[in-house]
Amino acid sequence: MAITSIKNLKEFSTNNDRFEGAHLLCPGCAHSMIVRELMNCTDDNLVIASNTGCLEVSTAVYPYTSWDTSWIHIGFENAATAASCAESMYKARKKKGTLPDADAPVKFVAFGGDGSTYDIGFQWLSGAMERGHDFTYICLDNENYANTGGQRSSATPVGAHTSTAQAGSTSYGKKQKKKDMVAIMAAHGAPYVAQLAPNKWKSMAKGFQKALETEGPCFINTVSACTTEWKFDPKDTINVTDLATDTLMFPIYEIIDGHELNILYRPKNILKVEDYLGAQGRYRHLFKSENKHIIERIQKDIDEKWEFLQRREEARI
Amino acid sequence: MAKEFELNDVEVWDGNYAASQALRQAQIDVVAAYPITPSTPIVEGYGAYVANGYVDGEFVMVESEHGAMSGCVGAAAAGGRVATATSSQGFALMAEVLYQASGMRLPIVMTVVNRALASPLNVRGDHSDMYLGRDSGWIQIDAFNAQEAYDLALCAFRIGEHKDVRLPVMMHQDGFTTSHKAQNVYPLKDSVAYKFVGDFVPVDDMLDFSRPVTHGAQTEEDWHYEHKAKQHKALMDSRTVIDDVFAEFKEITGREYKRVESYMMEDAEVALVLLGSSVETAVLAAKQLREEEGLKVGVVAPRCFRPFPYDLVREALDVPSLKSVCCLDKSAPGGAMGALFNEVSAAAYSTKARPMMTNYIYGLGGRDFAVDEAKRIMREQKAHADAGHITTDIQQFSGLRGPKLGFFKTRRD
Repeated sequence: MAITSIKNLKEFSTNNDRFEGAHLLCPGCAHSMIVRELMNCTDDNLVIASNTGCLEVSTAVYPYTSWDTSWIHIGFENAATAASCAESMYKARKKKGTLPDADAPVKFVAFGGDGSTYDIGFQWLSGAMERGHDFTYICLDNENYANTGGQRSSATPVGAHTSTAQAGSTSYGKKQKKKDMVAIMAAHGAPYVAQLAPNKWKSMAKGFQKALETEGPCFINTVSACTTEWKFDPKDTINVTDLATDTLMFPIYEIIDGHELNILYRPKNILKVEDYLGAQGRYRHLFKSENKHIIERIQKDIDEKWEFLQRREEARI
Repeated sequence: MAKEFELNDVEVWDGNYAASQALRQAQIDVVAAYPITPSTPIVEGYGAYVANGYVDGEFVMVESEHGAMSGCVGAAAAGGRVATATSSQGFALMAEVLYQASGMRLPIVMTVVNRALASPLNVRGDHSDMYLGRDSGWIQIDAFNAQEAYDLALCAFRIGEHKDVRLPVMMHQDGFTTSHKAQNVYPLKDSVAYKFVGDFVPVDDMLDFSRPVTHGAQTEEDWHYEHKAKQHKALMDSRTVIDDVFAEFKEITGREYKRVESYMMEDAEVALVLLGSSVETAVLAAKQLREEEGLKVGVVAPRCFRPFPYDLVREALDVPSLKSVCCLDKSAPGGAMGALFNEVSAAAYSTKARPMMTNYIYGLGGRDFAVDEAKRIMREQKAHADAGHITTDIQQFSGLRGPKLGFFKTRRD
């Protein structure tokens, strides 16, 4: 596979225009950074499928499109199926000799938000992973249904305020833990699974390249800071993402063949979760005295998860 | 290369196997499917062809019917021939994607084996699933027996993939009465069948990277209406393509299909209008009544359920002698007159004779519809004709246990 060289961010960010800048995503939305990184990390032809969500509604409003490559959207839940069965069509046509350009390498990628990945599209994703198609699924995880005004999803973390899991006089926001989608995908036996973040753009690009190079179904959960629903200033997207990775709220790691775990980023100074929570309006209520124990619970969960990941990495099994 | 399948001039096939053979002969690139009674044998039959080298394409067994139709859409947008099969609950689960497939103008062929919709759960044949699809923007063609299930499945590819149509096509047959009933079927040789279906010609091909395409864009109030109107026009304009494909098929096989089949209507005083395997029952009943009792009975059967052949139904019913027509709907009407009754009545309203129109609901969940029952309904129509007014409720239930059920009287003031 042809790999675009990654020397510096400036060059990397300007060397490919298959995702056009003219789209309708919010200023400061991390989705476009992640999508551009994916499309810039390869020279191969791309077939991209998108679930309904922020990315889809912001990039393909007739008569315009931001996609200078093959792109398809069907519904909220089925981009994994669209991409995987387009891949089946590629195989069939390759065998029959009906491809327009049989020699050009083609990669199949599906994008979904956390709502369509963790919730409504869960079955379709699981089916496509089990069938073993050669494609990569990338979740743009902003931890809520941002496209419809910020409702809770099963990716919303404990304590976050959303419009359907509100903080109020008798509630501290969402009460349930975030679903561990990376573990679930690894449990499918997928050859490559990772959690990546756009502030760590080199590891993100490498992870994308690894997924595209790996034959079989790959899954990547990407942290996509949401200026609108997380409630921070649009200029602070990468700052907030730095806090997410440096507090280990979002550890960066990969799992190969369902078991071999590698941590891809170890913060030099691990920050306290208050720093991350305090930078976003959705957690503001947690700093009231009656909710302090929730912050303690979140910190405890982070510490335990980090311990777990490190043990898993050391075990090499 | 796929192996040729040795076929006899006459085979004994049921409707399911007939449909699966047609899918094999069309040399589909991707079949994405999920099994459901009573259409499962189509998928199993196709699986056997895949396992034994009779098919070159990919066979993707997905995790649900929603996934099956989603996979068909993704595969079809990638520029090849695509088909699937389903029934009933599976059809209902697909409903969302049926609209997306037609709105994206992707010529997918789906062989639907008609079955009742739950609740109560029922695996037998009625037309609830077929009716559920009637606003989905698909072409819907109805086979009345196994031979037709084979013939019309081949025609379905030609119709849907035609450059002026580019729409998905459902090829319906009745659950069990057609799908599981073996009869003589005259197949085409593989080479003849494939020559008739032809090579797939991609349009807006996702695997042609010289011309990137965006499939499934969003439109709001500024463009949605125009898109849907254009889609409706394509569906309406497919009528002439369907006629042409049927004509070409007749040249090869001698078997003639029309968008509306009409039997003994030339001098008919009363008529039944119905769909599916019951058509043959009604035709037999009409012949017997003509011989035994001298009743001038005819039968009209819309073979093409969508686009609904309004003009041809009107033509079929525009018989000066015609006095009373009964439309039989094999689907729970859900608080309305049967859908076939409504559409046929609309067509009959502008005939010169303007016959009396009545509606029977029948055969729900596979309740048998026999020749005697068809005769009883025909005689009842004759009673309306003789009385000069409808002597029963306008909507009735045929073959229902318990007290008689009917709704609406004719106004006679």
